[in-house]
Amino acid sequence: MAKRKTPGLNTQSTADIAFLLLCYFLMTSTMDQQAGLQRRLPPMPDKNQKVEDMKVNERNIIIVRINSGDRLFAGDQPMDVSQLKDKIKEFLTNPNNDPKLPERENKEIEGFGTYPVSKGVISLQNDRGTSYDAYIHVQNELVKAINEIRDDFSRQHFGRRYANLTEDQQKIVRDAIPQNISEAEPKDVNKK
Amino acid sequence: MAVFKRSGKKDMPEIGTSSDIVFMFLFFFMVTTQMRSTEVKVKVKLPSVTEVAKLERKDLASYIYIGSPNAQYQGQYGTDARIQLNDSFKTVDDIRDFIASEREAMSEADRQLMTVSIKADRDVRMGIVTDVKQELRRCSALKIMYAANRDQNK
Repeated sequence: MAKRKTPGLNTQSTADIAFLLLCYFLMTSTMDQQAGLQRRLPPMPDKNQKVEDMKVNERNIIIVRINSGDRLFAGDQPMDVSQLKDKIKEFLTNPNNDPKLPERENKEIEGFGTYPVSKGVISLQNDRGTSYDAYIHVQNELVKAINEIRDDFSRQHFGRRYANLTEDQQKIVRDAIPQNISEAEPKDVNKK
Repeated sequence: MAVFKRSGKKDMPEIGTSSDIVFMFLFFFMVTTQMRSTEVKVKVKLPSVTEVAKLERKDLASYIYIGSPNAQYQGQYGTDARIQLNDSFKTVDDIRDFIASEREAMSEADRQLMTVSIKADRDVRMGIVTDVKQELRRCSALKIMYAANRDQNK
């Protein structure tokens, strides 16, 4: 039998080429995670339209204020950021049907049935001098409160955490527990 | 002294697999990273929070950076918090044009989904952020995101 020997391909330079490409991508790209708190801003009120004050029932609104010294007030009551979550949860769930806390309205939710949806609105107000860090932490606590209520609801009705539900189920939960955070028009809240 | 004998072609060690390894690295980085489009000229240290949501469509995001200028720009622009759009320092009034041009670059169907990611330093005051928010409302770019890092401690 004839001696057959496949000649080895010279592949040494491919490593260099790949290294060059690698260095190029390392230099020109970033790896930072794009994450954060998503919000929807209210549309700008129409100038021609008569400004009709949205008369929200007093009991349905909680005003969360951060003053220029980063002090937090929830419903005119000074408190620490760590207490805010429980306050918001109590406000939105209203477990004892307290007449001072928001009313619940029976609403038909598609694919689920009727559920008493809370009409509570969180109004977040800040001062121009408030630090961004404090503001974001308060926002975070609000989201956390709502997420925990949603988790409780999901566990109760679907037996799983909100994150593990299907898309349709998540929509039901979102309808049942809406995230009503209003970022108020800027105003000077320093007088408090 | 030892004499190295050069005999034929077998004197080179095999390094054929190293290129495969490097290529794997390369693909890993190509998949996990994204191109750096702008040079950030302001100091942005994002706040850390626990309840972050991931941005779904990175290609539909526009970025507004707010923070105090980096050291090499402080002589010109001072240390006060500034807004950076694309590659230069801008004022609140320029946001309108910026949003318009970003919208223009997107396809018709995607314009509804445009998200404006506000990357503000944790030390800036809310005043400038509120101005930006008001301007965005005026341009009806209502989907916003406060960029933040995931808090690892909790």
